[in-house]
Order: sequence, then structure tokens, then C-alpha cells
Amino acid sequence: MSPLRRFLRTPEALAGTLLLAALIAMALSASLIFPGDPQAIAGPPLLPPFHDWSLPLGTDRLGRNVLAELFHGARASLAVGLAAAAAALAIGSFVGTLAGFAGGLVDEVLMRITDAFQTVPSFLLALAFVSVVGPSLGVVVAAIALGTWTGPARVARAEVLSIRERDFVAGARVIGMHPLEIAFREVLPNALPPVLAMSSVIVAAAILTEAALSFLGLGDPNRVTWGGMIAEGRAVLRTAPFLSIVPGIALMLTVLGVYLAGEGIVETTATRRGLS
Amino acid sequence: MSRALILLRRRVVGSIFVLMIVIIGTFLLLEAAPGDAVDAYVVATGGDAGMIELLRHRWGLDQSELTRLATYLWALLHLDLGQSVTFSRPIRDVIVERLPNTLLLMGSATALSFGLGSLLGIYAGARPGSARDRLLSIGSLALYAVPGFWFGLLLIVVFAVNLRWLPIGGIETLASDKTGLDRAADIATHLVLPVSALGFIYLALYLRMMRAGMAEAWRQDFVLATLARGLSRPRIVLAHVARNALLPLVTMLGLQSAQMLGGSVVVESVFSVPGLGRLAQEAVAARDTPLLLGIILVSAVLVIVINLLVDIAYALLDPRVGANEAGA
Repeated sequence: MSPLRRFLRTPEALAGTLLLAALIAMALSASLIFPGDPQAIAGPPLLPPFHDWSLPLGTDRLGRNVLAELFHGARASLAVGLAAAAAALAIGSFVGTLAGFAGGLVDEVLMRITDAFQTVPSFLLALAFVSVVGPSLGVVVAAIALGTWTGPARVARAEVLSIRERDFVAGARVIGMHPLEIAFREVLPNALPPVLAMSSVIVAAAILTEAALSFLGLGDPNRVTWGGMIAEGRAVLRTAPFLSIVPGIALMLTVLGVYLAGEGIVETTATRRGLS
Repeated sequence: MSRALILLRRRVVGSIFVLMIVIIGTFLLLEAAPGDAVDAYVVATGGDAGMIELLRHRWGLDQSELTRLATYLWALLHLDLGQSVTFSRPIRDVIVERLPNTLLLMGSATALSFGLGSLLGIYAGARPGSARDRLLSIGSLALYAVPGFWFGLLLIVVFAVNLRWLPIGGIETLASDKTGLDRAADIATHLVLPVSALGFIYLALYLRMMRAGMAEAWRQDFVLATLARGLSRPRIVLAHVARNALLPLVTMLGLQSAQMLGGSVVVESVFSVPGLGRLAQEAVAARDTPLLLGIILVSAVLVIVINLLVDIAYALLDPRVGANEAGA
């Protein structure tokens, strides 16, 4: 059986894939289905959901189309989640490989820095970073990556510590390869699988952190974000709770999709390794 | 006992290095922030160019960066975190005032998530692969995917707005002059919703760890031996399988403390609990960078202390930990 078929056979992985596919479809089609500015006024304010079929999810306090905002918000969540996770994984595997391969003082210094980053609550760090540099999508990505690279770094280092004792590394030394070339061209690719296995958890955490930052008003002010929508709806929580509830459900389903698909991938690769 | 002490000494030395890196990091962020203490002071109170010059000189802001770092460290050594512009008070005093609320919230949320999480984990892990195990696994995953602040809002809508069972926010009823037990009960009712919002999300983590650890333990030979000895099932589950899966959860308790401090920022903001997290949000809103970095430093110290305590607990619980170091 092909790995893809095996992957889709577990109900959890299938559900996760469907959720993610729906999210990606939302993000990609946002400008097609809802062209123009999603923050433009589309109807009377505080229209409840399912009343007017041109505005299926109703409107918010300012009369903006909630469904359009939801579609455009999927973009911010997806973009920030993927970019922050990619940055965290890249920084983490770089630092981890360097520390594990170099050993000695370099290892000691890099790992103490990693400790320091793990000691500071990552959300507070992101908060401080965004408030000092100023909110924009790129800064939010950097702020989230700053707090999440430590996990991948530790895993990569542990992996590199065992790989560097293998014969092929000794062989690379004998043919006179530069230590940095050995570290990043020979050792790093072999250390990657367990690091990449963390990616679903990191993407999920990044999406949730972005939402929390936007909720506190530290997201990119020029973009619609789900966290920002929840914060908007909070002002009318008593009279129109759906405004906060709807984007929250979208967030939850997105993160759940990421987790489920991630677990499915890890399980599939584990069975494949077990079979070979 | 000496084993734990030796371990403690080693960790304390390591922690000092880590704390130094955090301090240098916060100093760099402070430097990167637009404007300095004098700008903030002048914005708040007014003043001319001559006074700005004088203040810069008096506060040592015209010195080189290294000198300023030294001054910063010297001040920190005296537990002086500087002056908060927004509150017109020493940052240390503001933080000390808010810290107990956060500790209460975090402590209760940790107790809830650890207690209930490990119990449900034992229930799921007693029969790995069973229907209840799958149900709890999926349920905990869904719980783990819930954004904490949104869960808090949901709790407010249901329990404070619609049912009116519990207060909507704050830490106690204002100007109620309650004392003793009445006051404690008042604070407790105010804490039910924020503690649930914070605790239920991390509950999933302990549940999943416990369950995974138990599933692992079931495959080991010593469990087979207990089955062969004919021990009763509850005894095998509790005294052998669950007990072996419990230790990693204790480590997680320490590692999670930093996450929980971060989570308390949003939860405290949602429920207007006057704690450290809400203070951080206020500092951001008022662009009071020194206050924010003071909070970060205090949180880092808090996380280090919690992890030290967890390490000691671990050494006391597991005789293998630190045995090598004590022997050396």
C-alpha cells in the first residue's frame, strides 16, 4: 500500500487533512470569492448570522461581512503559522547542529543561550519584541519564531551528538571535508527527521500565538486576523457573542486539523520504518 | 538529602549564567526600543532641552553602552528595576503587588490541569486502544487546540452573562470590606472561571503524556511479571504502570511553568485579573518598555525557581537522579 493510502486510512489523519484542505482553500479563494477590502462596510451593523443570505454569517459592529473577514483571516493565520514554524525549524536545526557538532565551549555557550530563551515565557518575549519593533506580519513571524526555535534546537543537537560518531562522518573527515561542510551537508540532513516531526506542534503553537497577539491588539493592523476579530467581538460579547465565537471555532478547527494531520504523518512514517 | 543538595548547587550555578544571558537580552531590547527613560519622563511631565540634557547626564544615559549595562546590573543587584512611567512608582513595587494574584491563578490552574489531567490519563491508559482511550485522546486534542483567551470568553458568555452564576472578572468584589474566610470565598468564586480557562487547556497535555507513558509501560517486562504474579488489575495499573509514567509529568510541571506564565497574560486580560500578565498587557498598551522588561526578568526568575523546586522534587522521588554526581 502506498504511504498516502495508508496515511488516509486512519480516520484522524483523514479528518485533519480535510480540515487543512478546507483552510487552504479558504485562504486561496479569499480574494476570488470576496474581492476588495474585507474591512469595508457591507451592510447594517450587528446583523445576526443566517438572516440575510448575501451575508451568511452576518456583520460585525461596523457592518463588515463576517464571512469575508473569516476567509481573509485564514490567510493571516496560515501565513504566520507556516512562516514562523519554518523560521523556528531553520534556526533550531542550525543552532542545534552547530552546538552538537562543534561541542566544547561553542556547545556550552549555545545551549546556555537556548536555556535562557526557554526560561523567558515565549509569549512575553513575543509581546516585548512586537511592542518594541512595532506590529507587522513579518515582525509577528519573527517574534513567534524567537520563542519556538529552542525545541527543535535541542532535538537537533541530541540527534547530531549520535550521528557525528558514525563511520560516514569519520570518512568525510578523512577525505578532508571542511568541518562546517560535514556538519551542514552530511550530518544535518540525517538529523532532520525527528526535528521535522515537531513541525505540526510548532505550526499549531504559532497559529495560537499569532491569534493571542492579535487579540491583544499586537497583530498587523492592516490585515484581518481571527484573533483581532475575537477582540472586536468582545466589545459586544453580551449582545452578539457569535462575533467572538465564530472566528474562535475557525481557529480551533485549524489547529485541530494541523495536529491530526501531523499525528497521521508521524504514525505513517513510523509504520513504514517498522516494516522496512 | 545531600544528593539533592549537590544537584541543587550545580543547578543554581547554571541558572546564574542563564539569568545573566536573560538580563543582557532584556538590556539589548531596552536599547532597541525607541526613546529612553528621559523621553518618557519628559513626555509625562514636560521639560526643555536643557533639562533633557541634564537628566540624561544625571541618569547616566550619555555614557557608553557597556557602562550603562554595568549600571543596569548594579541596579538589578540591589533589586532596583527602575521607575515605571505609567504608574509613577518603582517597577519592583508594582510587580510585587501584582505577583500574588498571578501565583494564585497559576498555582490553582496547575493543580487543576495536573490533577485532573493525570487522573483522566490513568483512566485512558489503563486500557490503551479501548473506546474510552480513543475518545479521551481525541477530546484532549480538541481541548489542546482551543485558544485560551477564546475559551475564557466562552466561559464568560455561558457562566457569567447567561447563567449569572459567577462574576465576570476581577479578583474580588470591590469595596466589599470582606475579611477572613468571606474574602477567601469571594476570591475563590472570582477565580473559578480564569483558573478553568487556563487549567483546562494544559490538562490535555498531562492527560496525553500520562496516557503515552502508560501505553509504553504496558509493553515492558516488569508489567508482564506483575501479571504473572497474579496481582489485581487496579493494583497493576496504579502501583506499577501509572507510577512509572508519572515521573515525566513532574518534569513537565517545571517546563510548563513558562508556558503558563505566557498563557496567564491573555487569560488575566480577559478576566481583568490584576496580575503580572495583565500588567504586561498594560505595559504594552502604555508603551512602558522598562516595566515590560522588568516583568520578563521577574518571570524568568520565577521559572528558574520553579524548575529548581521541580528538580529537587524529582531527585527526592527518583533515587537514580543525581546519584552519579553525588558519588563523584
